[in-house]
Order: sequence, then structure tokens, then C-alpha cells
Amino acid sequence: MAEKRLDEATGQHTTGHSYDGIEELNTPLPRWWLWCFYITILWGVIYTIAYPAWPLISGATAGVLGYSTRAEVAADIEAHEAKNAALVAELVAADLPALAPGSDLHRYAIARGSSVFKAQCSQCHGSEAAGAKGYPNLNDDGWLWGGSMEDIVYSVRHGIRNDTDDDARWSEMPAFGEMLEPEEIEAVVAYVEALPSGGTEGLGATVYEDNCSSCHGEESLGDREQGAPNLTDAIWLYGGDTDTITETVTNSRFGVMPAWGQRLSEEDVRSVSVYVHSRGGGE
Amino acid sequence: MSSFEKHAILEKSPTLLFTASLLVVTVGGIVEIAPLFWLENTIEEVEGVRPYSPLELAGRDIYIREGCYVCHSQMIRPMRDEVERYGHYSLAAESMYDHPFQWGSKRTGPDLARVGGRYSDAWHVDHLIDPQSVVPESVMPKYGFLMDAVIDGEHIDELMRTHRFVGVPYTDQQIEVAYADFQAQADPDSEYDDMLERYPGAAVSNFDGQPELTEMDALVAYMQVLGTMVDFSTFVPDASR
Repeated sequence: MAEKRLDEATGQHTTGHSYDGIEELNTPLPRWWLWCFYITILWGVIYTIAYPAWPLISGATAGVLGYSTRAEVAADIEAHEAKNAALVAELVAADLPALAPGSDLHRYAIARGSSVFKAQCSQCHGSEAAGAKGYPNLNDDGWLWGGSMEDIVYSVRHGIRNDTDDDARWSEMPAFGEMLEPEEIEAVVAYVEALPSGGTEGLGATVYEDNCSSCHGEESLGDREQGAPNLTDAIWLYGGDTDTITETVTNSRFGVMPAWGQRLSEEDVRSVSVYVHSRGGGE
Repeated sequence: MSSFEKHAILEKSPTLLFTASLLVVTVGGIVEIAPLFWLENTIEEVEGVRPYSPLELAGRDIYIREGCYVCHSQMIRPMRDEVERYGHYSLAAESMYDHPFQWGSKRTGPDLARVGGRYSDAWHVDHLIDPQSVVPESVMPKYGFLMDAVIDGEHIDELMRTHRFVGVPYTDQQIEVAYADFQAQADPDSEYDDMLERYPGAAVSNFDGQPELTEMDALVAYMQVLGTMVDFSTFVPDASR
């Protein structure tokens, strides 16, 4: 080990390490760095005093600021709700069918309903409410259970064919594969396909009359009391081609919708109903 | 040598430095981790949380096998925007029987902590077979093969024993009738009352609509229980937690 000496060029002492004549300087830590280091230690101590930190026997120190994540989110939600409280109270009390389009309350309901729809409904009915196979399009004039404001609110609140709400809309199409002969199914499918152009005579008409008309109606216009679709229009929930109609008649369909009244607040149920009603098909 | 320079002793001996580092990390680790096992406010007891039913447990294994946790979290953070979108923020107790927990760390897809009951069984099946058929903008892969993977619950009791080994309080009786419970939950025509007594609130359904019991049934059964165990209409959060 070499002698520790003052290096004249830098004004620093050497460490005494020397490797093949190359000596190591003992340069102290920069002041700014050292002070930052001490401040972080101080900050750590202050932080553990201010916020919940030190574990004790049955709990932890609560911190002098009394901070709690749960209290913070509750306060945050409360502050947000307070801002909307007047409109929400009005919405909950409002007679929805009489709500004037363009009024402040209507606009608020649409904006709120649109967010609720995107978060809760779009997964089935599509982000623009255009539906998918088995999940109704909410923009058109075809309604299974009715398209008035009251009907929509009821469908949203209680849902359809779910097990969780006793007031859910309910009906069950039989699986005609177990009740009809294959040629009868073939005939009735042909009859249903011909309905928009006036229908056909023969076996298909007889099978329809005996089996289908009690729900879908003599005129095949459907029955909203039991969610039986209109068969004469061009709107098909599962598809209007021969194969799909055959599948529907043979196995039946059983579309389920949850009861949103059990998951959403009253104002959310109402606002999303107003939003759906405003999409174009509302009656 | 001033006392400030005594660290040189540690720095010049690798063995001493290693031993001292280990000591520091050990003390730090114990102080941070150990209290979690006895502090009352980290183990809040919440009414309604129960171990998974056999079918849900099998579905959970499929969830893990397929790596669902890579894109989906199961952790609603206590923030207003999350609570508005997904529901009440997650409680620690809700994953007390999850070994390992499925909180995840990334949301390519939405959070699933409260997906139970939110969609119909048929939607889950449609969506797992072809996600884009119901959510056109989705980037989720297709899991239609789950429909063909018939499972019979042959080893379900062993799976439950394993979970009991790591702390899930399955009773001997629950393990004994696990196979029957496994079958009953996927068959609405079965005698499932006893199963429901053991696992309150479990969804009984022929989830995938097929006569065979498949991995699809198990996964949808698991989806439908997520976040439904605690009744938040009666739950009062303790603000100190």
C-alpha cells in the first residue's frame, strides 16, 4: 500500500491504493447528494408519523393525519354525488314518459345513461346498442317486451328470465324438436320464411296454427306480453335463414338478462332507460 | 479512524458484508411482513365469504391454466372511477380462500372481481367461444375448445385437500361429497339443495347448454361467483381499515 498523500492537481487525498502506479483518489460524496440522502431519511420518519405505519400489538399507528383509503374514496364519491344531488333527486322523482326531450334533466339522464350503458350493457347489446346474435338491437323499432319508457324501465329493473328477480319477465318457448316431426318443422320453417310475403298454405300453416299462433299470434305479429317476437318483419334476433330458424324451432331459445335493479342505483336504472329509449326505437 | 469510517471494516470483508446485509434484510422483512399475520385490521372478517364450491374451484384452475390473470385483474381499487365502473372496491377477505390470489397486475381486458351475475351464462359461453361475436372491438382470444374438454371431477377431492393444506377450511364432509357436489352444480335437474347449503349462493345451471360437463361449465361457474359472496347492501366498511 502506498502512502496516503495530498494530490496537488485535484486538491484531494488519495486512498493509499495504488495499482501499477495508478493511485485512487478519496473523493468525498457530493454535498447535494449527501443532503438529499439525509432529507429522505428525515422524510421517511415524518411520513411514518403522519401516515399509518408502525405495527403494534393489535393494530398499527394511525398517523397524525388520520388518513384512510376507505374514508378517502367515500369522501370522493360523496363530493361527486353532492354535485349531482339536485339533478338526481329530480330524476328519481320524475315521471319519465313525460320527460321533455332537450330539457336539462333529459340531457343529464342521457349523459349518465350513456356511461351506464357503456359500462354495464354494451358487452351484450354492443357499444352502440346495435346488438349481436341473441342480444337485441335497441336502436330499431322491433321490441320483444315493449319499447315504451315504462316497458324499458321494467325490463332493465327486473331483467328477463333470470333466477334472481321474482318479477323478471318470463316466458319459455318449447323445444319443438321433441314435439314435431322433422317434416313438420321443415314445413313450418318454410311457412315462417314466407311470412313477410304473405305466408303459404298447407302443412306449414296448419303446424303454425296449432303450435305457434298462441304466442306469436294469428297474424304472426308477436306478443309483447310474453316476449314473442314479430315474425313478419325483417328483424331477427338469432338469424332469419333456414338453418337458424330450424335450429330455433327445434331447440327453442332462452335469452336471459340480469335484473339490473339489483345491481344499479335507481338513478342509474332510470337514466339508462332514458338513454335506450332515446336511441331511435323508443315508443 | 473516526466512527464514520468504521464501515470500512464491513466493506473490506465480503463474508462480513454478506452477513450484515442478510441481517438487515431479515429484520426489515420481519417488520414488514410478520405483523400482517396478527394485526386485526389486515384480516377483516366479512360475512358471506365462503370457500369455492368444487365446480368453481375446478373453473378457477382453468382460469389460471389459461392465464386469464395476465389480461384480467380481480382487484377493484378504492377509487371513485373504479367503484363506479366495477362496483364496490375489493376487500381482502374476498380473496382469503384464493391460493394463489388472482388480483393480477394488468388490464388488457376489464376487471373481473365482480363479474358474477353481471351477464347470463349464455353470454359467457358465446363470449368465450368467440369474443368478437358479442364485443366486436375485443382483442381476447377464442376459448371454444373448452366446450369439447369433458371433465368428470375425478380428482376434485384431492384438489380440495390441497387447498385445505394451505388453509382453506374445507370440512371432511365437503371433501367426501365433493364429487357429487361437482356434478350437481352443473345439473339443474339434480338434488342440489345440500350442495347449496354447503356453498350458499352458488349458481346451479347447465352453464354451457351441453349434456356433458365440460371445462366451459366449470369456468362459467367460477365467473358467476366472482364478487357475489359479500352482500354490500348490508356491509358497512370500517373506515380505519
